[in-house]
Amino acid sequence: MLSFILRRLAIAIPTLLILVVFSYVIMYAAPGGPFDMERTLPPEVMANLEAKYGLDKPLIVQMWNYVYNVVVHFDFGPSFMYKDQTVNDIVSQGFPVTLTYGFWSFVVATVVGMSLGIMAAVYHNSWLDYVAVGISIGAQVLPNFVMAPILVLIFTLWLGWLPGGGWQGGQWQYIVMPVIALSTSFMASIARLTRSSMLEVLNANYIRTARAKGLPMRRVIFRHALKPALLPVISYLGPAFVGMITGSVVIDMYFSTGGIGVFFVNSALNRDYSVIMGITILTGALTVLFNLVVDILYAWIDPKIRY
Amino acid sequence: MLTSRKTVEVLETAELAAPIEGRSLWADARIRFFRNKAAVAGLIILILVGMFAAFGSYVTPWSNEEVDWAVLGQVAEMGRPSLETGHYFGTDELGRDLFARTVQGTQISLMVGLIGALIAVVVGTVYGATAGYHGGRVDNIMMRIVDVLMSVPYMFVLILLLVVFGRSVLMLFVGIGLISWLDMARIARGQTLSIKNKEFVEAAHAIGVRPSVIIRRHIVPNLLGVVIVYSTLLVPSMIIYESFISFLGLGVQEPSTSWGALISEGAKQMQYGTLWMLLCPLFFFVITLFAFFFVGDGLRDALDPKDR
Repeated sequence: MLSFILRRLAIAIPTLLILVVFSYVIMYAAPGGPFDMERTLPPEVMANLEAKYGLDKPLIVQMWNYVYNVVVHFDFGPSFMYKDQTVNDIVSQGFPVTLTYGFWSFVVATVVGMSLGIMAAVYHNSWLDYVAVGISIGAQVLPNFVMAPILVLIFTLWLGWLPGGGWQGGQWQYIVMPVIALSTSFMASIARLTRSSMLEVLNANYIRTARAKGLPMRRVIFRHALKPALLPVISYLGPAFVGMITGSVVIDMYFSTGGIGVFFVNSALNRDYSVIMGITILTGALTVLFNLVVDILYAWIDPKIRY
Repeated sequence: MLTSRKTVEVLETAELAAPIEGRSLWADARIRFFRNKAAVAGLIILILVGMFAAFGSYVTPWSNEEVDWAVLGQVAEMGRPSLETGHYFGTDELGRDLFARTVQGTQISLMVGLIGALIAVVVGTVYGATAGYHGGRVDNIMMRIVDVLMSVPYMFVLILLLVVFGRSVLMLFVGIGLISWLDMARIARGQTLSIKNKEFVEAAHAIGVRPSVIIRRHIVPNLLGVVIVYSTLLVPSMIIYESFISFLGLGVQEPSTSWGALISEGAKQMQYGTLWMLLCPLFFFVITLFAFFFVGDGLRDALDPKDR
């Protein structure tokens, strides 16, 4: 097990390095710098600014300094746009918000999705099955940027139940719509996956044996069928998590929740290199970490996997 | 039912003339596909949406750039959908005809979807087939690269690319296509691993056919079934990516438009009571995705050897 984890980590580190190098080179190659304004600065001022942020050094040196600071001091440098803030400030401002609604979306998507899928499989070809399949097919064509306006239309404009945006320190009224918008399409995929793999498992011989022994249906489902049926679902959780982090871009733009997404888009538009790099690396690291956890979970549950 | 039966027969006889090997499998798959009502309905919807994109601009008296000055400033009252003014879907907030805009958006979204999927399919299939055929260290390295790329937060990279290299439809194609071939590569590799041990590959190898030719002539044609199924599921996800990016205002730029851009505009205007701006593009977005998913499911059921 330990060697398996180490081997997975050995993939994770080059992944992050490639991410750093790739985004750094792209940003470096980009026309236009962070200090291009309507009023062109005098060359001396420009030189001073570049020296202050280390932009006058060669690419390799800049990159090395950056990686060194990140790894050793966990310091992502100052922001170019927000003069008095560091990237760490911005990230620590936005990340808790994103993680809060991201976490709840994840919980909602997995719990609701799995329950729907299990119900549909257990009551195969009954009205419950059709309803569950209908919901999951319908939800699949409603990605977050479609759900967001629809939810606001219904709950804010027509019913007036929920505020149309804002965060207010994460009161529940402000979390509900972002969570629904973000989780719907993942819920649908999880439900579909669970249903099909559960159906396959329920037709297996050992389930028939368990039923024949006279075990109650509930015990058969939860003790015998659930674990193998959830394997494909678990491997989907990694991509789902990535999707939720990415979806935060839409959620933050639409609901003004002030998460990491809005900072990313704004700094991308303003060529705020350090903020973009910081957010890309952090989300990359989070993704890699999460995939690692999923892989370990998978290896732990699935007896067929040798590590 | 009668027409579809007839279509099936026509297609079957057409199949006899076509020089595709393994004819029975494809003919069989066609019959299965046309028996699936949801899939056929999806196919019909797709044809209708395609016709809407192709001929929609001849139906409306307005062009997509023309501003109807009569409704400007009072879009909520005057710009609603009506047959009399010729604005079948109403106008947008600038007084442009929404029907013409939706036609244009449909064209661009479908184009992005199809071309993006095409790039992904070609790159992914060739890459996966190469990795799977060579096996060993080559396979190991190539698939590690895929693993590494897969754990990159792709949407952030795509946004980065669009911001850095300018927002153009071309960049969108490249960015979306480059990111989305990874799944295809994995699928193609898995299939290749089982195909390459078949006798006909061995025979080709024995008579001295070069590996690149074996991959092109013998492996890839046998991957087609899986590739077709996956690509029908890829198109809607390409459309979703594009719409996502355009929703953020980073995708296609004015005066061009796409479903995502139209939905975004409609969503911004909806508190003024001009709901048609949101609902018209949304309708086309949703039915097209539905149709693609149904067709994809139908194809999978038709081509999946597991169910036979």
